[in-house]
Amino acid sequence: MADTPHIKRSPDAGSSSGKLTPSYLDPDYQVMGEGLTYKSVTDKITDIVLKLKTSKGWWIGFGLSFTVLQVLVVSIVYLLIKGPGIWGVNNPVMWGFAIINFVWWIGIGHAGTLISAILLLVQQDWRTSINRFAEAMTVFAVMCAGLFPLLHVGRPWLAYWMLPYPSTMGVWPQFRSPLLWDVFAISTYLTVSVLFWYLGLIPDMATLRDRATHKVKKAVYGFLSLGWRGAAKHWDRFTTAYLILAGLSTPLVLSVHSIVSFDFAVSNLPGWHTTIFPPYFVAGAVYSGFAMVLTVLIPVRHIFGLHDVLTLRHLNSMSKVMLAMGLVVAYGYSMEAFYAFYSGAQYEIQAFQNRMYAGPYAWSYWALILCNVAIPQLLWFRRFRTTLVPLWMISIVINIGMWLERYVIVITLNRDFLTSSWDFYSPTIWDWSLYLGTFGLFFTCTFLFIRFLPMINVFEMRELIHHVSHHHHVEGGHGADSHEKSVAQS
Amino acid sequence: MPQIFPRSANAIARASIIGALLLIGGGLLFLDSLNRSNYQTKQHLTIEQPVQFSHARHLAGNGLDCRYCHTSVEESHFAGIPPVETCMTCHSQVLKEAPMLEPVRASYETGAPLEWVRVHDLGDFVYFNHSIHVNKGVGCATCHGQVDKMPLTWQENTLQMQWCLDCHRAPQKYVRPKEHVFDLNWEPEGDQLAMGDSLVKAYGINVGQLTNCSICHR
Repeated sequence: MADTPHIKRSPDAGSSSGKLTPSYLDPDYQVMGEGLTYKSVTDKITDIVLKLKTSKGWWIGFGLSFTVLQVLVVSIVYLLIKGPGIWGVNNPVMWGFAIINFVWWIGIGHAGTLISAILLLVQQDWRTSINRFAEAMTVFAVMCAGLFPLLHVGRPWLAYWMLPYPSTMGVWPQFRSPLLWDVFAISTYLTVSVLFWYLGLIPDMATLRDRATHKVKKAVYGFLSLGWRGAAKHWDRFTTAYLILAGLSTPLVLSVHSIVSFDFAVSNLPGWHTTIFPPYFVAGAVYSGFAMVLTVLIPVRHIFGLHDVLTLRHLNSMSKVMLAMGLVVAYGYSMEAFYAFYSGAQYEIQAFQNRMYAGPYAWSYWALILCNVAIPQLLWFRRFRTTLVPLWMISIVINIGMWLERYVIVITLNRDFLTSSWDFYSPTIWDWSLYLGTFGLFFTCTFLFIRFLPMINVFEMRELIHHVSHHHHVEGGHGADSHEKSVAQS
Repeated sequence: MPQIFPRSANAIARASIIGALLLIGGGLLFLDSLNRSNYQTKQHLTIEQPVQFSHARHLAGNGLDCRYCHTSVEESHFAGIPPVETCMTCHSQVLKEAPMLEPVRASYETGAPLEWVRVHDLGDFVYFNHSIHVNKGVGCATCHGQVDKMPLTWQENTLQMQWCLDCHRAPQKYVRPKEHVFDLNWEPEGDQLAMGDSLVKAYGINVGQLTNCSICHR
């Protein structure tokens, strides 16, 4: 389907009444602007890295992010000196911001994996200009996420104790604990994401190497491109490796956040112990991931003038994925409520009543419903999917909503079985500064990535131009015809 | 376009793959060996003490019982370090003028205790109780080695957790009849395991409970 972009139903059933419209006449359905050629698209993307003067916007953004990164450094150093007692965690709320932020950041990463792996396998051509960016975001988000459990263990320098190795302690980690599954899930996720991202970068590194004029740049990009010459044999192996990694990543989209949800669902706690958790956590992850991609890409598209490679088609499609995931998440919330009462278990019911109206944190539940369920319904309207400012604002609202979702889940701890042990939880300044600091890390990495690596996949864009301009059907999204690519390479 | 890298770069790249694996593997192996070495465990190292006390002299030479000095070993978590008065029961008569014993006499006169340096220093996160071990048939020598052969006291075993667990998982490998607990030269007659099994039963040692985290980490 992706390879026959010339005839499609218009995405806007309202205006065209579902009639078949040639998609190249519909500006919103184009995966790229008019008149792009192999050369112009390559110039457009690589010039940002090699030729253009570093823009003022970049300096401001990077400077700001780097400043916020220092907040992270200070927060971590102070934490290591004083210990996790500086946080608001207490008994019974032993999991505070650390786990909320961990789950939130991990979720952000899921858009990258979904876009690169699943959309690649189902051959969606609109993934091409956003996959590199989303994959980079995955890597950075997982880095931010990993910090929280690492710091929450209290003595991060002993974190390697969580790995199964023949230690002098004579014990193995607790293999029945979801917290250990997390260790495996997250480290696998980070490894595969980095490999996938880097593998996709190799042909583009070679392009940069060939176009660079400065000796150092040539050497660095040359080193990173691992001797890529664009030979047919290279493309053949590359395509195979890329597909294998896509295949490996695909189950990760589902497994990583399922396992993260087990941290809660496997425990015997009212409000946590539900079977709906894994699927609705996965949907929530993709939801927040797409929201974050939009939050970052919309300004970047504007700053770097990428309107003809990042078209309204992309924004429209991403909004639709977001809407679909939002509905799954909304279904999750309603099932949570339903099962709490359907179970007839008094503790389950009470946990939910506390969550909705009886507890001190009921405001957060309704804020969550507002952000994650109510406001995103605007995405049913095409106007909101394709107008930048409202879409950008909705994406931020969803980010906040997904954070609130984890807040609501974790805060359930404040009222456990014994009334005498009920307590309040409020984050301290250090909880906030650490959370804020991870934004510094995330955006510092993002800005460096934008400046030093091609943020849009050059060789896939050239391939897409080939497909769009020839209007012919080629089996396989990737490198079905390696000869074409090596022509495009030269 | 000229080549950026010389031809040899290919060989270097290939070698670096194996090199990196060797480096990481070797590094981990090194760290693990370091962790098991006596650099880390302080095993078999003698420590400078205020008085160069010899267990060999007092036990093998003079035939003292462990409990003559370590009086609380059967009732308390702490075996007990003797006060200088215990030393002076003999040394007010024997080796009265020996320069080596000057700190002991000084301590006796001033009342300021001798500051011995702990040889078996367990982590603060471990709760260890001497009395339960001694009363359930764990001999002194099982953990401390044959101190009657030590002119200066050293730590005989690693004190690493896997060493503790070795016995806590299978105490029958080490328990002995209670009457031989303080016999530093005792050897099992016949099959230790067969005897151990029956002793574990006889002394009511609940093996399953010995590996609960909270047995040692309270």
